[in-house]
Amino acid sequence: MSDFRALKDKVAVVGVGNTRYGNFPETDDYGLGADAFRAAVADCGINKNEIDGLLVCRIPYYARMGEILGISPRWTIPLPPHGRMASMGIIEAVAALEAGLCKYVALIYANIGRSRRVNYGGDESPNIWDPWGYTSPGAAHAMMFQRHMALYGTTTRQLAEVSVAFRRHACLNPDAVMKQPITVDDHENARPIVLPLRLLDYCLINDGAVCMILTTKDRAKDLKQTPVMISGLGAREAFHEASLSNFERDFFYPQLQEIAADTYGMAGVGPSDIDAFMCYDNFAPTVLFSLEGLGFCPRGESGRFVEGGTLQVGGKLPTNTDGGHLSNSYMQGWALNVEAVRQIRGECGARQVPDCEVVQFVAATPCSRSIIYTRG
Amino acid sequence: MTAYDKPLPKIDTLTRPFWELAKDHKLAVQVCNECGDRHFPASPVCPRCLSKDQGWEVVSGRGTLFSWVTFHRAYWGGFARDLPYDVCMVELDEGPLFVSNLVDAAEGKVAVGDRVEVVFEAVTDEITLPKFKPAS
Repeated sequence: MSDFRALKDKVAVVGVGNTRYGNFPETDDYGLGADAFRAAVADCGINKNEIDGLLVCRIPYYARMGEILGISPRWTIPLPPHGRMASMGIIEAVAALEAGLCKYVALIYANIGRSRRVNYGGDESPNIWDPWGYTSPGAAHAMMFQRHMALYGTTTRQLAEVSVAFRRHACLNPDAVMKQPITVDDHENARPIVLPLRLLDYCLINDGAVCMILTTKDRAKDLKQTPVMISGLGAREAFHEASLSNFERDFFYPQLQEIAADTYGMAGVGPSDIDAFMCYDNFAPTVLFSLEGLGFCPRGESGRFVEGGTLQVGGKLPTNTDGGHLSNSYMQGWALNVEAVRQIRGECGARQVPDCEVVQFVAATPCSRSIIYTRG
Repeated sequence: MTAYDKPLPKIDTLTRPFWELAKDHKLAVQVCNECGDRHFPASPVCPRCLSKDQGWEVVSGRGTLFSWVTFHRAYWGGFARDLPYDVCMVELDEGPLFVSNLVDAAEGKVAVGDRVEVVFEAVTDEITLPKFKPAS
């Protein structure tokens, strides 16, 4: 079993920033990344020339990003444009900082999929199953949700609770793309994409960028913001059916169970201590699978668990308080980690969770990860 | 007859035996001659023991419906006239999961756990696609 306990409370998030979210054909990955970096540097109060670690995700060329920002780090990691990379990257940065490979890391993510009309399926992502017309990450999640319905009696009306809750949060978030409230019936009547999933089960595709700045606990004391500590980590891949593209035959349950033991064990908390939950929501069913895998509810009971506003601010487990990928912005996990930090700082205005001290991020993907953030 | 305009498989050294057997109406999975592991899609080494001594084994063509979905969006022009179309995931009796299309299934009469069996559909002179229908 992996054991990250030596990394508990060693590294803090000291700066966060994001761009506007929408459709920006007039700029590109670098322009958006630079805007997010500017915002995070201002938030942090650091001299940008102190930043000696650079992790970029979905940015075409890391060195060009460094040239634009005028920084020459001694630690650089480029990550591919896959949704699962956010918490993978944060954990790598934690390890690099703790090992002394660098002192301050900027993590920059940018996405121009909206203005460049990215499809997330078909010839953009060739797969051996193309001859049968099986393509797109959404189809894999539709497969898993169909099976979840058959095994446990989960319904699409229960699934709708996820989309409805996140849309409500987006309506409270000035940055969010989607501003119109939706109902369970709206979800049921939405355009079918790959049934049993419909439009409102799918993440948005929009342009934007996010930046986080991390440093060690000691260095964090000298910066502007109250540090938000990284207190728990967990990780496990599910590569055994990678050709099925974002599919795991057991709803990522075995991986998430192991991650729960590691992450909660390291942070010294359990599911009942989580004040706000940031759950990678590429598609609505992923939220149900995550709740079961981490033990927020028993296996097969996530549909009933989310009924009655459980996931809404004011509910038992406020989840994706920024609106998530479904209704805020498709920042592939990065914006949810920023939201975790802002909730702990108490900066979230109308969507603020009162007395928010412990926030958990999880991404249930072929590279599943979880991070627990606490107040420094 | 119009030209076939859906995606066709990429045939290489690794996958050619599968498609040759499919043309003969035989469904096959890769089998490791050292440890006996059966897997699909084909792998250059056995994922269980890393042996390169592997072959193809014709399987029963029977399995259980693991799940299925209905596409209402066409990611390729060739599928647009088929909308909506079903894609199934079958757990073969020999182990591997196999993605395919459901044929001859009555609307609303399909359930996870149903028994299914392979049928073959020649789509070009070279390529025959294994598909699945409810078991008789």
